[in-house]
Amino acid sequence: MLEAYPDNRLFRIFLWGFSVLVMAFLMLPTLVVVPLSFSASNLLEFPPRAYSLRWYETFFGSATWMTALRTSLILGTLTAVVAVPLGLLACISINRLGGKAAILIQGILLTPSIVPGILLAIGLFFVLAAQRLVGTLFGVLVGHVVLAIPVACIVLLPALARFDWNQVQAARSLGANWARAIGGIIVPQLQISLLSATLMAFLTSLDESVISIFVASGQNSTLPKLMFLSLRDQIDPTIAAISTLWTVIVVAVVLIVSLRQKS
Amino acid sequence: MTATATADPALAADALRERRFFLSLSLPALFIVGLAAVLPILWIIRQSFLTTGGEYTFSNYEKVLSSGLTWSALVTTLELSLATLAICILLGTPLALALASARPRVANLLMAFVMLPLWTSILVRTYGWLVLLRRDGLINAALTGSGLTAEPLPLVYNFTGTLIGMVHYMLPLFLLPVYAAMRDIDANLIRASSSMGASLGQVIRRVILPLSAGGIFSGSTIVFIYTIGFFITPAVLGGGKVNPLSTRIERTLSTFQDWGSASVLGILLLVVMAMIGMMFLAARRLLTRNGAAHA
Amino acid sequence: MMKSLPITIDSVSKSYGTYVALDDVSLHIQAGEFLTLLGPSGSGKTTLLMALAGFVRPDSGKLLLGDRDITRLAPNKRDIGIVFQNYALFPHMNVLSNVEYPLALRKMPKAEARRRALDTLARVKLEGLAERNIAALSGGQRQRVALARAIVFEPRVMLMDEPLSALDKNLRETMQYEIRRLHDDLGITTIYVTHDQREALIISDRIAVMNSGRIQQIDTPQRIYDRPSTRFVAEFMGEANIVAPGLVRRIDGADASGATLMIRAESFHLDARHAGRDGMALDGTLRAKAFRGENWLLTLVLDGGQEVLVCIPAALASGCGELATGARVTAYAPAAKVHPLPEAKT
Repeated sequence: MLEAYPDNRLFRIFLWGFSVLVMAFLMLPTLVVVPLSFSASNLLEFPPRAYSLRWYETFFGSATWMTALRTSLILGTLTAVVAVPLGLLACISINRLGGKAAILIQGILLTPSIVPGILLAIGLFFVLAAQRLVGTLFGVLVGHVVLAIPVACIVLLPALARFDWNQVQAARSLGANWARAIGGIIVPQLQISLLSATLMAFLTSLDESVISIFVASGQNSTLPKLMFLSLRDQIDPTIAAISTLWTVIVVAVVLIVSLRQKS
Repeated sequence: MTATATADPALAADALRERRFFLSLSLPALFIVGLAAVLPILWIIRQSFLTTGGEYTFSNYEKVLSSGLTWSALVTTLELSLATLAICILLGTPLALALASARPRVANLLMAFVMLPLWTSILVRTYGWLVLLRRDGLINAALTGSGLTAEPLPLVYNFTGTLIGMVHYMLPLFLLPVYAAMRDIDANLIRASSSMGASLGQVIRRVILPLSAGGIFSGSTIVFIYTIGFFITPAVLGGGKVNPLSTRIERTLSTFQDWGSASVLGILLLVVMAMIGMMFLAARRLLTRNGAAHA
Repeated sequence: MMKSLPITIDSVSKSYGTYVALDDVSLHIQAGEFLTLLGPSGSGKTTLLMALAGFVRPDSGKLLLGDRDITRLAPNKRDIGIVFQNYALFPHMNVLSNVEYPLALRKMPKAEARRRALDTLARVKLEGLAERNIAALSGGQRQRVALARAIVFEPRVMLMDEPLSALDKNLRETMQYEIRRLHDDLGITTIYVTHDQREALIISDRIAVMNSGRIQQIDTPQRIYDRPSTRFVAEFMGEANIVAPGLVRRIDGADASGATLMIRAESFHLDARHAGRDGMALDGTLRAKAFRGENWLLTLVLDGGQEVLVCIPAALASGCGELATGARVTAYAPAAKVHPLPEAKT
């Protein structure tokens, strides 16, 4: 846009200089962790004097971390499996109803993404405590699903808006009932959006910490909850290993999805 | 045109049934949200009126609202939000301007990098900042090593550290709408203003900023909504010394097991959010009336 | 050959808020008939078609397929073949799967479904393309797949919603004949929606002209064209001149009738001999002329002030090139081509 203004060289040099610094600020904390995770030392030296895989070994060798990892992966999968179908049905409903009803439903479904996590967390804690469900996988799952539904809807609503509803009408006229029209026509055609909704839901659960901190415990503690607790207590280089793994996996997944979307 | 014949009740009933069918598709999702978001908030409200013994009382409110800690937590919350917002505007707007001026391929690539933090866990990022900002962390090592400062600076476990963490979290989210708004500005407007003799400063002040005001506004709304209830960053990077409402709630609950007071604090948080939300809505209406909101 | 059924539309109304899409529409289509709903956009023709398909629920009225009331029947139970405007082919299935889809829904054994689908593809001249992806087909081929899919399950009625509007002109003309041939082969009751009056004239047994949610006239193409019952139909079907009674004289000097007359532009001659003694004459001055290849279009201003379009075939218009604007011109129309409009309603 600025290129449209003639003779702005000096200004652009300043602007880009500043921007590079800001971008460095954004990337720095994610990148700095990587070399530290390969350090051989207990101390957080930078650059590390010697390299090793000991912190990865610690992570994979620790029953506590492994249990948490397992819990997180199970939880993420369950969250995606529950939230995406519910989100898809709700989005079809919003898409078809239109008008005030659609705005109302959308408003209710998006609430969890606006209400502070800490409030959802303590509220859910109270409700679960009353049912003696604090610390169960179910309790955390419900909390994660409720956060993942708006995420899924944000992906699926525009996809459905682009979807040609004539396709469903064609299927109906050819003899398909609603279930077959949704399963046989809508789902396969929204394949890519459903895939990204599934990944986003999975990541939402994997990344969620506040609800886990309040509601999960013991065997059902999630990876973020354990990370949070150990960050509070001491700075353990194991976290650097986990962080590196996390970043690499997430970036890989995002790259694969965006490449697939392009092709 | 003649009035239409009276509607057939059976057909009207069918139409209603079809509407109910579509409505029913969203029921499972609405049920879960009701169960795990709406019910919990109602429960907080109920809990705020209960003693530990389960009797109805106003004492929680009296206790919390008369405590100085509550008001200092409120002030900290607002300070953190405002400071985060101010820094996001200062850092994010020029960055958005630069990205919006770059060639599309370059811009897309840089945006992917800028969005990288969004894809990594908040705990990963918080950990990264701890490593960088500690007394013996990288930044202090660099500062003392180069002789810029004699003593390591206190960069973390305080307000500064919390603020850095929060800005880092919010900046990509602020950037998105601002970038989108700037990307949509027609380059011919800038050519036109320069041909009319506007200086670059005038172009930015009179054309670019007003046209991206809507985006900046949306970004600011997002920053406020998120930061008001932020928990992880102050809890870790604040080191117990920075206590906004969110960490106050957690401490009241986990350390003092005081469910009633925690609930009152939660409601206070909700009220503050609602008030700020309404302020933003009012401001938005004002902006649109002046024709400056474009995003 | 399939058994086809008559369709009865009995005082169907539909409004959206204050907008009346269908205003007490009644219509009977005979078994095996090809009927076209013709009208401008917003006339209600597509709404009526979608009501028959089951995608628009009327506010009142009845829809009958044969003797069966289908007004409240779900679309998937109506057994009506539909060709959509944008074809609505399933892009995630290949040609064969698209055509097999309705058969699979009817739980037909795989082998038989395949045989039927391939037969139908051959019928629409798509043999050899069964394994193609939808994205790899041309517009005309997609049109044929849509047709095949709509007839493969032997529906007793077929509905087509502007099926040719996305095709270019030449292809459109070929497909018009193909669709008509397919209809004649199958003998299937067909309702066809279009806004193109030429297409309607070529393809239909009967045409129902619609405007503002009402049927203006139902008749054979020829009668719709030559004997329109309203001014709207007259003007929608082609270059029509609606002439007030006082502006016309009989060539033989007898008293002209007192009705408002409809004379098509191409009905005129510049030579009185072609019009016969009982024909009509219109006197005026030439305001503009345009050569259109096969004919000349002259704009006359009648002495009463009204403008009239006169279209003279190039072969008979040897003198037109020399006519200058402002020249006095008399246009003659044979009596058979002068149609008194039953009423002056618009």
